[in-house]
Amino acid sequence: MSIATPDRFGAQSAASLTERLTGARRDVRGRIVEWILLSALGLSLLILVALVVNLVDRAWPVLDGRLGDFLSSGLDASNAAEAGVWQAIRGTLTLAIIVAIVAFPLGIACAIYLEEYAGQSRIARLIRINVRNLAGVPSIVYGILGLTIFVKFAGGLTGGRTVIAGGLTLATLVLPVVIITASEALRAVPQSIREGALGVGATKWEAVRSHVLPSAAPGILTGTVLALSRAAGEAAPLLLVGGITGLLRTGNQSIWQQITEGGFTSMPVAIFSYARQTGADFQAVTGAASLILLVLVIIINGLAIWLRNRFESRW
Amino acid sequence: MSSDTNRWEIGSLRLAPARRRADTRMRLIFSAAAVATLAISILIIYTLVKDAWGFFIDVPKGDLWNIGWFPRRGIFDIKTLILGTLMVTGIAMLIAVPLGLGVAIYLSEFAAPRVRRVLKPIIEVLAGIPSVVLGYFAISFINPNIITALVGGSNKAFNVAAAGVAVGILTIPIIASVSEDALRAVPMALREASYGLGARRVSTTFRVVFPAAISGIVAALILGISRAIGETMVVAIAAGAVGGGLFSTDPFQPGQTMTAAMAALGFGSDQVAGSGLAFQSLFFIGFLLFVITLVLNMIGDRLVRKVREEY
Repeated sequence: MSIATPDRFGAQSAASLTERLTGARRDVRGRIVEWILLSALGLSLLILVALVVNLVDRAWPVLDGRLGDFLSSGLDASNAAEAGVWQAIRGTLTLAIIVAIVAFPLGIACAIYLEEYAGQSRIARLIRINVRNLAGVPSIVYGILGLTIFVKFAGGLTGGRTVIAGGLTLATLVLPVVIITASEALRAVPQSIREGALGVGATKWEAVRSHVLPSAAPGILTGTVLALSRAAGEAAPLLLVGGITGLLRTGNQSIWQQITEGGFTSMPVAIFSYARQTGADFQAVTGAASLILLVLVIIINGLAIWLRNRFESRW
Repeated sequence: MSSDTNRWEIGSLRLAPARRRADTRMRLIFSAAAVATLAISILIIYTLVKDAWGFFIDVPKGDLWNIGWFPRRGIFDIKTLILGTLMVTGIAMLIAVPLGLGVAIYLSEFAAPRVRRVLKPIIEVLAGIPSVVLGYFAISFINPNIITALVGGSNKAFNVAAAGVAVGILTIPIIASVSEDALRAVPMALREASYGLGARRVSTTFRVVFPAAISGIVAALILGISRAIGETMVVAIAAGAVGGGLFSTDPFQPGQTMTAAMAALGFGSDQVAGSGLAFQSLFFIGFLLFVITLVLNMIGDRLVRKVREEY
């Protein structure tokens, strides 16, 4: 073991060091990992494509032959050639209106309280935790709540298993979504906007109404639209509060009868009912109804995303 | 405010009573709305506990541990439902964990900002798919094309595995978005320190960023599990065993989960009358489901907040 003189080895190690620092060796392991990650993303997108293609493929006999008829026909569990989704579409619209009337004001009011009035008080913390937990409660549990409270306990007011009870149940279900998104929108409004209003002598409510709410409106609107799309796709709680599934002969009543006497259905409930029928022709009916619901929900969600991007303010 | 003589007094600066009243009134309305959300929770717990307890007192205890779940025949084997739920959740996680985490890591650490801006909304679309539509996808595509190919036709038309895969697809966006948030919350300085030491992107991602975000990623998994346990319609459509089911550990046979059993008790031909043990069992399972998901959500929530506090 001789002592390496700088002369003999210095040049060599300098060369190898330069090589290692500047050499463009491929990072093989890195590439492989990146491809694995990318394929996870690709597979997720592929699932989405497969879902849509499969739906269109299955639904084609209905879409091609009798789309208009399908949209305007009533529910029919015995004859697939005459089955349609008219009452289901109508029911979903009615439910959405009830959800909008009940859940939006209530949810936005709660969010205003939490963000503008409550601060960090103990009750506010409790309500915040409570709202987050409500957001995670499985939808079927809201069905039990609806059955006990809106159908049985308040049956005198709602008429029992009616579209009103269904709408109130869905409103309760989406309330946490409205509160959480509205809270986030309010929190994003900078303090200076509030101070601007309070500084010229506005009361709290005046500041909220004239300054904070208009600034937060796009965010709040996005949240409410997302909540509507959630309500439009939800079936489980409606099964418990009276969404029609059996022979589907009912659900044909006028909206007033649905409100007062019950017998309502909605798109997801109708899809569930059709999916339980056997035979290829009912498969096509289920596929067509699923495709219509999917398109509806994607349009609503797209609207929400568009709203968010269009009106998003950078403070 | 100013009088006709243009003289100002201290009283002119006082808030007009009407404005003060409006302010108080709105404050009351807002706090009432907030308290209403507490009422919802209390009502949920009250209704569940009341009838669940009634069921637990009245049911012959032997019927809780029997050959299967047949509520209308008075057989309430709770392990059938719990095993069904575990199988569906387990299969769902086999799908959702690798895909969800892969998507999250790619979008957060590898994708160019432009790519991310395009792909993220598409993943959000996946989150918006109604569960009935995925239920139909399970019976019309997943089962005939994937499960059958996998086990060579020994599967039934309605089975637990197909439902589990579809539930997994539903949970991908939750796992992806919660864990992506966690990964992006890791400060840039940690990555730069790692690059400064000469580490490559892969080493940085898996040795630095991933460990730093681990509590958020665990939260994502827990929230995903909770979502999978609570999913109803996919299982009700695709797993079969609508009226009831025998205890079975075979995922390629029909099965029943807690949620689907509750839905079955509530609708159509299996609808049970407003009283009696079968009806009360609805509340008993509902209570179990509520407690399980509540505990999981609270743990997940705490972990998510911990990530936020750390960075």
